[in-house]
Order: sequence, then structure tokens, then C-alpha cells
Amino acid sequence: MIVIRNARVLRANGIEQSTVVIEGDTITSVGTEPVTNGAKVIDADGSWLGPGLVDLHVHLRDPGQTWKEDVGSGARAASAGGFTAMVAMPNTSPPVDGGLSATAAVEQARAVDTMEIVVAGTLTKERAGKEMADFDAMYEAGVRIFSDDGDAVPEAGLLRRVMAYLSDLPGALVAEHAEDRSIAGDGHMHEGMISSRLGIVGLPGIAEDLIVARDIAIAAETGASLHIQHVSTARSVDLIRDARAAGLSVTAEVTPHHLALDESSVESLDPNLKMYPPLRGADDKAALRSALREGVIDAVATDHAPHTAVEKAVPFEEAPRGVIGLETAAAVVASHALGDDQRTFFERMSIAPARIAGLGRQGHEIVPGSPANLVLFDPDRRWVPGSFASKSENSPFAGMEMTGRVLTTIYEGRISYEGARL
Amino acid sequence: MSGMTQQGLISLRGMDRAHLEGLLDRAQSYVGSPVSSDLSGATVTTAFFEPSTRTRLSFERAAHLLGAHVMDLSPDLSSTVKGESFRDTILTLTAIGTDLFVIRHWLADAAQLAAKWSGRPVINAGVGRTEHPTQTLIDALTLRQEFGHLDGLRMAIVGDIRNSRVARGHLEALPTLGMELTLVGPTPFLPSDNPWGVRVSTELDDELGDVDVVYLLRIQTERGASAEIPGDGGFARRYGINMERLSMLKPAAVVMHPGPINRGVEIDDAAADGDRSLILEQVANGVPVRMAVITEALGGSG
Repeated sequence: MIVIRNARVLRANGIEQSTVVIEGDTITSVGTEPVTNGAKVIDADGSWLGPGLVDLHVHLRDPGQTWKEDVGSGARAASAGGFTAMVAMPNTSPPVDGGLSATAAVEQARAVDTMEIVVAGTLTKERAGKEMADFDAMYEAGVRIFSDDGDAVPEAGLLRRVMAYLSDLPGALVAEHAEDRSIAGDGHMHEGMISSRLGIVGLPGIAEDLIVARDIAIAAETGASLHIQHVSTARSVDLIRDARAAGLSVTAEVTPHHLALDESSVESLDPNLKMYPPLRGADDKAALRSALREGVIDAVATDHAPHTAVEKAVPFEEAPRGVIGLETAAAVVASHALGDDQRTFFERMSIAPARIAGLGRQGHEIVPGSPANLVLFDPDRRWVPGSFASKSENSPFAGMEMTGRVLTTIYEGRISYEGARL
Repeated sequence: MSGMTQQGLISLRGMDRAHLEGLLDRAQSYVGSPVSSDLSGATVTTAFFEPSTRTRLSFERAAHLLGAHVMDLSPDLSSTVKGESFRDTILTLTAIGTDLFVIRHWLADAAQLAAKWSGRPVINAGVGRTEHPTQTLIDALTLRQEFGHLDGLRMAIVGDIRNSRVARGHLEALPTLGMELTLVGPTPFLPSDNPWGVRVSTELDDELGDVDVVYLLRIQTERGASAEIPGDGGFARRYGINMERLSMLKPAAVVMHPGPINRGVEIDDAAADGDRSLILEQVANGVPVRMAVITEALGGSG
């Protein structure tokens, strides 16, 4: 039995300071003071208690690049960040693009007992963008989310056939990395003020906008469910808002770094600020923040992309793309986008992503009978990220003071992370 | 990462007017009577990861005239072709022993990284498309010699600005010295944004009557610029400096080019070789300017 006292608890009809009791893998009572003989008692001291966070977008590098991360270290980083579920992108080496690789990945994920790892598959064979992947075999192995993350499906004709096929498979989701390579080809940062000043080739926002517009049009025609990954431009937000107003099944995610930072940070040419899509203009950042509050963007997803310090200790234009995000996401979202709005925080960090990924045991409000997948988060705690449970340290937030810290993570009734308490 | 002092000269951004004028004064003092033994015993390493003739040779000559030794890394003969990383190359050269690096590279942060990794001062001899600070100082010195002052001079920079490190150096320093810059070129050659807040135009003929300096740039085909326009012929018609366009200039206006020039494209023979051309004066000022910059980077009194 675990008893959490004095927590600000996310209930169905509001938030109340209360006591929550967990027995086995289930919440058994809320608001009743139990006999605590032998129970683990946590005094939350007014911290937020809500459903464990769900990340729709991580790169675990396993198999193929396990010096950067592996399933175990990725899971530890996720638990430290308050996550109880995450979706592993399929761009491993080899990629998850068929029955064998999907079955192997699902077995590897099931062996982890500290969180729920969801395996995504590619949209195209070998993630090469040429012909569609073996959807039926992956579907049979349990895969529901399909993405060529790192690249969009380059040809509209192929994507249309992919979406038409996947629209027949219940629960299947097409997740797109929206970037037109014919425009963004050799860019290294947002095409804007900083790329102009430094003379570095830019990735213009229209490279994303075009793919978002194209994909929405094809989703409308085929009836496929579409998810836009790591939205970064104000124009994309408008396109997504219009699509949803028209009743289409279109969802979207945004990363913590696109909410907190913009192109002005990149002037230092720190390789830990290099990622695709790039940090955009200040107007884009403002549009992303308000879209997240409004719900046009459903979810925060980290795009956790580990690279080692040695790999990042190179000139900016030669640096690999991507930054880690699991261990700082909650703090960044609370302090840079949603403030002290506990309800919206858990909607965007847990409830909506659990719904998008179709995860029955995640994203529940705190009521008796709910699965005990929980996070305790202190929105006022100040800290400076420095060391990470991830194998990599390529965080844009290292050394930056954060407000808000994960204290305890509970997966299926067992504590999966317990931070140092002051 | 701007300014001079311990880091050498990586960027002109934020350098104040007195500092810029001090460098020009020091360079002027080397014109005509250049030999000095200020830096005898010092070692200057030139590391050019991109082809260069005038810049590398004038840095070498400047170092020799100051009494310094020069180590030249010629990448086509060195271990960089064997796959050695830029960082390892810098660490190796530092270990061999050098007091100052002069670096040209295609990467934007090559000079600042070399300074960080070596702990030695670095002079940016043109990195990425960011800046080419000594070229900017050369052009400022040349104009000061020609006009006697820089305040209020208007310069149109014409051509492939998006790919030009020379233009970016000018944009960081020449306004500080009192000049007014206008960027002129077809839209694909202009930067996407204008962080400098300067005038921008696509019509050269509208600008010619107002400027004191027409500063021409080569189309950088090695950076993919030729794919941005239909061809050189159309560019030459819209932007090439020829007799007709020279006649539209104010009587005292001059023509400049950082070289190498592509005759018949951005400039024709009559303009390149005519009375208004300062192109060879620019080249001649390369040595004294680089002597001044090397001396300051190594803390010499001059």
C-alpha cells in the first residue's frame, strides 16, 4: 500500500487537496484517511498529483546505437521525468518496418517493468520513402502508430496509398514529420534573422507548412487519422486549427524546446540547440504556446533524441540533429507554457497523448478504480538540470534554472522514480 | 565571441568605432614602410581549409614582414584528407606549437571553435558565410585613403549577398564607421531577413546615382548560387557594371570588388580596369591590414 497525503489531486470535477491510497496496481480510495500500518506514506506537501505523463515521441536508439541510449536507460530517464508511458520511434537500426522487427521491439519493450513502452512502426520499407511498409504484420504485432520520423513521406502519391490502406485498420495512426526536403534540403537552422546574420543555410517554415497542408488534404480524402509531429510554425497551427474545425481526425504535438526557445538562442551555435524542426521565430513560439493552451495542439511530446557529448562536440553544421527532453519536459512545460494550470498540464502531458496512442491504462483522472500510473510534481521547486539518467547529455536546458520538478513516479502501483527530497 | 584581445579577430560585430579606427591607423602606418621585427620568434599558423590565393599569401607576407615564422597547413596535402576531424587538426597544430591561427573554413563556427580548442588567438580569414573581417578592414582603409573619411559614404553591395562572408563583415562594421549600406541583387541572392536594418533593393539602376561606392560580389557557384538564377547572362544585364552604368554614377564614385573577379558577369573589362576601379588598391592594402591585425592579436605594440 502507498499513501500520498496533502497532494493537490486532479479529480474529474476539479482539483482538491486530498489523500490518495494505492493498493496493488489500482487507486483504491481518494479522500479517506486509511490505517497506514506498513504502508509507504508520502507527504506531498501541496505538490500536484496526476496521471503519469505520456510521451508520444522518443528515440531509444535500441537496437543500433545503444551507446547513445538503450531501452533501459531511456526508461530510467523517462521515469525520472515523470513518464509512465512513451512511444518509441521506429528509426532504429534496423528500423521497425515489418513483422520480425516489430515483434522483437514489442518483446524488448514488454521486458521493461517500470513503464509502458509503445512501439511505433515505419510508414515505408526501411524508412526509405519508396514503398509502403508491411502494415499488416506490424499491426498484428500490436503496432498502431506509424511514422517515418526524421523524414516525411516524400511523394504525395505514396502517402495517399499509405493513408488509404491504413484507414481500413482500426486505431491506426499516421504520424508525420512534416518537412519538405526539396526546400529544407541542406538547412541547419530556421531561415530567419539568425541564419541571415550568420550566413548559415536555413530551413524555412514553409517546408513544414507545405507538408502539413498536403497531409491534411490527403487525410480528408482518405479518412485516415493523421498526427502531426513536433509542430513548429504558426502557419502549421492555423492549418491544423482549420482541419479540426472541419471535423477531421487530425491531432498534433509540440516539443518543450519549441515552446521555451526560439531562433535567438541558436546564435551561439551550440550544437545542443540544433534539432529538426529547428527553433523558429519568436512569433512561431508564441503561436505554439497559445495553441497548446487552447488545445489546437493536443499534446506535448519530447522528441527525445540522444547523442553523446563527443558526437555533439563538433562544428554546428556538422553536428547531429536532436536534443534529449524526457527529464526536463515537465519543468519546461510548466514554467514556459502552461504556468500553474494543473488541469491543462495533465491534459496535454498525459490525458491527450494517452488518448492519441490508444493507451487504456494511462491518462486517467485520480478516482478510485483508476490504474495507479501517477506522477507527483512540485510546480514551485527550483533546480538546475546537470546530470541525467539518459546515457546522453545533449540538453538545451542543462545549466538553466528550472521551476517545477518531478518528485515521484508510480507505475502500476510501484514506485519507478523517487527523487531526492529536500 | 566578438572583438579582438585574447581571441584574435573572429568577428567585427560589436567592435566600437575607436577600436576599428585604431586598427585602420595602425595598418596605415605599415603602408610604404612595412618591415618590422616586432614579432620575431612568434609562430603564425595559416590553416586554409578552402582554396585561397590572395588572402593566404598576404597573411604570409604580413607575418614575414613582422619577423614571425609561418607554418602553412595545406589541407590537400595533410591528414584532413585522411579523415582527421577539424578538432583533431587544431589540437595537433597547437601541440606542434603556434602562437596564432589564421583560419579559413567552410564552417561558420570554425574560428570560434579553433580558439576554444586551442586556447590560442585566432584570426578569421573567412569562415562559412559569416564574415571576412580583414577584407572589411582592407576596404575601409582603401576608402579612407580615397575619400579622406568614411562618415556618410554610401555603398551599394551588389550581387550574391546571401553567400557572401565579405558582405556580412561589411554589414557588421562599416555602419559603425559611419557608412550607409544598401544591399542590391535579385531576391534569391538577398538574405531572407534583414537583421542589420539596412536598405535593400532589387533594382541597381535606381541606386547608382546615389552612391559613392559600388561594391561588387562574385556569384559563388561553389555554394550553389548558380541554381538560384536562370543564368549569368541575365544577371549581367540586370546587375553587371559596364560603361553605361559607370556613366550613371556620381563623378567621384568608385568601384570595388574583393576578388576574384569574373569579367563579363558582375563587371566588364572597362569597369574593372578603368579609372574608377580600386580593385588593385584593395589588394595592395591586404598586407598592411593583416600586419596590423596580427600585431594586435599577438599583443604587439606596433
